Amino acid sequence: MSTELLNRIQFGLTVSFHFIFPPLSLGVGLVLIIFGVKSVRTGDPKWRQLSTFWVKIYGLIFSMGIATGIVQEFEFGTNWSNYSRFVGNIFGSLLAAEGIFAFMLEGGFLGLMLFGGTRLGNRLWLFATTMVVVGATFSATWIVMANSWMQTPQGFEINDVGQGPQAFMTSFQDVVFTPSFIPRILHLLAASWMVGTSMVLSVGAYYLLRKRHVDLARTMIRVALPLFTVLAIAQVALFGANQAIEVSKQQPAKLAAMEGVYSTRTCAPMYILGWTDQKTQQTTGLAVPCLLSFLTDQNFDASVTGLEATPQADWPEVNLVFQMYHLMINLGMLFIAIGLAACSLWVWRQKLWTNRWILRALVASVFLTELATLSGWWTAEFGRQPWIVWNVLRTAGAQSPNVGTGQLIFSIGMFVVLYAVVLYTFLRLLDRQIKQGPPPPSDESTIESLPDSFGEIFRRRSRVSSGTD
Amino acid sequence: MSLELIWYVLYVIIISGYAILDGFDLGVGMLSPFIAHTDTERRIMLNAIGPVWDGNEVWLVLGGGALFAAFPLVYASLFSGFYIAMMLVLLVLIGRTVAIEFRSKRESRRWRTTWDFVFSGSSFGITVLLGVALGNVIRGVALDQGGNMNVGLADLLNPFSIGVAVTAVAMFMLHGSIFLSQKVEGDLLDRVTALVPRLMIAFFVLMTALIGWTLLRTETFADNYRDRPWIAVFPVLALAAALLAWRQVQRSRYFTAFLASATMIAALLCAVAAGLYPVMIPSSIDPAYSLTVHNASAADPTLTVMLVFAIIGMPFVVLYTAGVYYFFRGRVRLDEESY
Repeated sequence: MSTELLNRIQFGLTVSFHFIFPPLSLGVGLVLIIFGVKSVRTGDPKWRQLSTFWVKIYGLIFSMGIATGIVQEFEFGTNWSNYSRFVGNIFGSLLAAEGIFAFMLEGGFLGLMLFGGTRLGNRLWLFATTMVVVGATFSATWIVMANSWMQTPQGFEINDVGQGPQAFMTSFQDVVFTPSFIPRILHLLAASWMVGTSMVLSVGAYYLLRKRHVDLARTMIRVALPLFTVLAIAQVALFGANQAIEVSKQQPAKLAAMEGVYSTRTCAPMYILGWTDQKTQQTTGLAVPCLLSFLTDQNFDASVTGLEATPQADWPEVNLVFQMYHLMINLGMLFIAIGLAACSLWVWRQKLWTNRWILRALVASVFLTELATLSGWWTAEFGRQPWIVWNVLRTAGAQSPNVGTGQLIFSIGMFVVLYAVVLYTFLRLLDRQIKQGPPPPSDESTIESLPDSFGEIFRRRSRVSSGTD
Repeated sequence: MSLELIWYVLYVIIISGYAILDGFDLGVGMLSPFIAHTDTERRIMLNAIGPVWDGNEVWLVLGGGALFAAFPLVYASLFSGFYIAMMLVLLVLIGRTVAIEFRSKRESRRWRTTWDFVFSGSSFGITVLLGVALGNVIRGVALDQGGNMNVGLADLLNPFSIGVAVTAVAMFMLHGSIFLSQKVEGDLLDRVTALVPRLMIAFFVLMTALIGWTLLRTETFADNYRDRPWIAVFPVLALAAALLAWRQVQRSRYFTAFLASATMIAALLCAVAAGLYPVMIPSSIDPAYSLTVHNASAADPTLTVMLVFAIIGMPFVVLYTAGVYYFFRGRVRLDEESY
C-alpha cells in the first residue's frame, strides 16, 4: 500500500470518528438553551431537572469531541507536512482563529456549564451554556471556512520560496468568504441541530417505550419534535438544495460524480437508488427523469456538465461518491417522513405517546441522523479527490515525505485500538446515564439561594471566602 | 519590530501560558498517586483542576494553530519529523481527557483504579514527551535542506533531552503542589505542604544544572548570550522567582508562591527562546538548513491578520480565564456534579 493511501486511511478514520461528536454537541446544546430559556421564563423546576440531566450527557459528548479533535490539528503537520507548508499562510490562520475565538470561549465556560447546576441560578447557568454553544458554533464555522477554502480556493497566489511553492494570502475576505462557505455552513448547522434534536427524541421515546419518566419524556419530545421536523424539511428543500446548486456551479465534476453523469446532457435524471460503473461509464438504477437538471438550474431542460469535461485522471471514485450522496439524500427523505408521521400522530388524538412503531423509529433516529451527516461529509471529501485543494494541489504528494509505511501502520493500529476502547466505554457510560434517568427535582429554595447575576457572585464569594484564606 | 519578531514573542507567550496553566494540572495528575490515599482524596485532587483543565489544554491547541499559521515550515518539519513521538502525545492526551471524564462515573473500585492509573500515567507522559521534544529542539536535529527529518524514538531519547524531561517533571510537580496547597485541606494539605520543599530542592538543583549544561553543550546558546548579554535577565529572573517561591512557601503564602512559580516557568521558556533566536529549529547537519523566524514564517498579510485576531481575542481570553478562576477559587467541596 502506498503511503498516500495509508495517510488517507488514517486521516479519514480519525476525522470521521471525531465528526460523530461535534454535531451532537451543537444540537444538544441548542436544546439545552431552550430548556434554560424555559427555566428562566417559567421557573418550573422540571426545566432545571431536564437541564441537569442533559448537561451530564453533554459533558460526556463534549469530552469526546475535545479528545478526538486535537488529533486533526496534529495530523496536518505529522501526516500532511507538504500540504501544511503549502497552505500554512491561509489554512493555518483559520485554525489559529478557531483556537482563539472558539476554543477559548468553550474552554472558559465549559467548567461553569458542567458544574453550574449546583452553583448557579437559572439565568447565569443559561448564560454559561449559551457561551459554550456559541463557542462550539464558532468552532464549526471556522472549520467549515477552512474546509470550504480547500473546496473552492480563492484569494491567494502561489510563489516558490525556500522549501517549494506556497500559497500566499492576497485577500483575507476572499479566503473567508469562498463561494461554497455560506451554503456549506448552513447545511452543516442544520444537520447538526437535527442530530442533536434526534438525540433528545431518541432518549424521550426510549423512556416512553419503557414507561419511565413519562412526563419529562413527553416534554423532551414536545421541544425536540417540531424543531426536528421543520429542520428535516428545510434541510432537503432549502439548505441541501442550495448546496447542490453551489456544487454544480463551483465543482461540476463533483456533482457529476454524485449523480453518475458521464456525458454532458440536458434533462439529466436524479437517481433514487442506483449503481455506477466508472469503467464502462454506465449508471443504472431507479431515477426521476430531468430532476437533476431542475435541481441545479430550476429548469427541466438545463444542461448538466458530465465527467467527460474533466480529464479522467482528475475524477474522484465515482461510485463511492454516488453511494454516499444517495445514502444521505434517502435518509434525508426518511427524516421528513418520520417527523411528519410523528407530528400527525401527536396532533391526532395524542397517539404519539403510545404508538410503539413511531417511538421505535424515534429511538433509531439519532443513529440515522449521525449516518446521514457522516455520509454528507464523505460526499464532500471523497468528491474533492484527487485534489486536496480543489484544482490547485493534489492529495498525492501532499503527505509527509519523511514518514514511512512502518510508522503509519503503527499509528493506524494505535488509533484503531484506542478509538475502539474509547467508543465502547463512551457508549456504555452513555447507556448508563440514560438508564439512570433525570435526577429528582431540586428544592426551589436551594435554587433561589444560588447566585444569579455577576454582582451576586462578587458579593457572595467575598463573604464565603473570607474565612478560608 | 518586525512582524516575524512580534509573532515569535507572541508564540513564546502562548507556550508560556500553556506551561503555566496546563503545567499545574499535569503536576496534580503526576502527584495524585503519591499523595492521595483514599478515593475521596483522589476526587478532591481531580476536582481541584475539574473546571479549568480543559481551558488550560486549549492553550496547547492554540499553540499548534498559531505555529501552523505563523511559522508553517516549523510546524510541518517539527510535527512530521517527530512522528512517533507526536502520535504518542496524542495517545496520552486522549487518554487523559477520557480518564478525567470517565473516572468517577462508576463506583467500581477496579474501574476507578484503572482510570486513576491512566490519568496520572498520561500526565507523566505528556510532560515527558513535551520535555524530550523541547530538549531535542534546543540540541538541534538532523534537518535536511528540504526541511525534513526523521527522528526515531531511540534518537530522541538522548541524555540531554531526558535531562530536560526530568526537569520538566519536577517543575510541573512543584507547580502543581503549590497550586494544590490553595485547594485542599486537612491531612491531604499536610502531605502537600510537606512535599513542596522537597520538590523545590530537587527542581532547583536540576534547573541550575540544566542551565549550565545548555550553555556548555550548545554553542549557539553560548554565542547568543555572549552577543546579547541583556538576555541573561531571563535565567536570572527564573532563579530569582524560584527563590521567591521558596521564601513564600516557607511563609505558607501559597498564592504569591504560585505567582512566583508561574513567573519562573515563563522566564525559563523565555531564556530558551532568547538563546535560540532567530533560530527556531537548529539543524545539526548544516546551520544553513536551520529553520529561523525569517525563513520559516508566514508572509506579512497572514501575520497581520493574525495579529488583529490576537489583539481582538486575547483580552476576552484573559477576561474569562480570570473570571472562571475567580469563581472556582477556594478549597474544593465535592457535590453530585463533581468528577
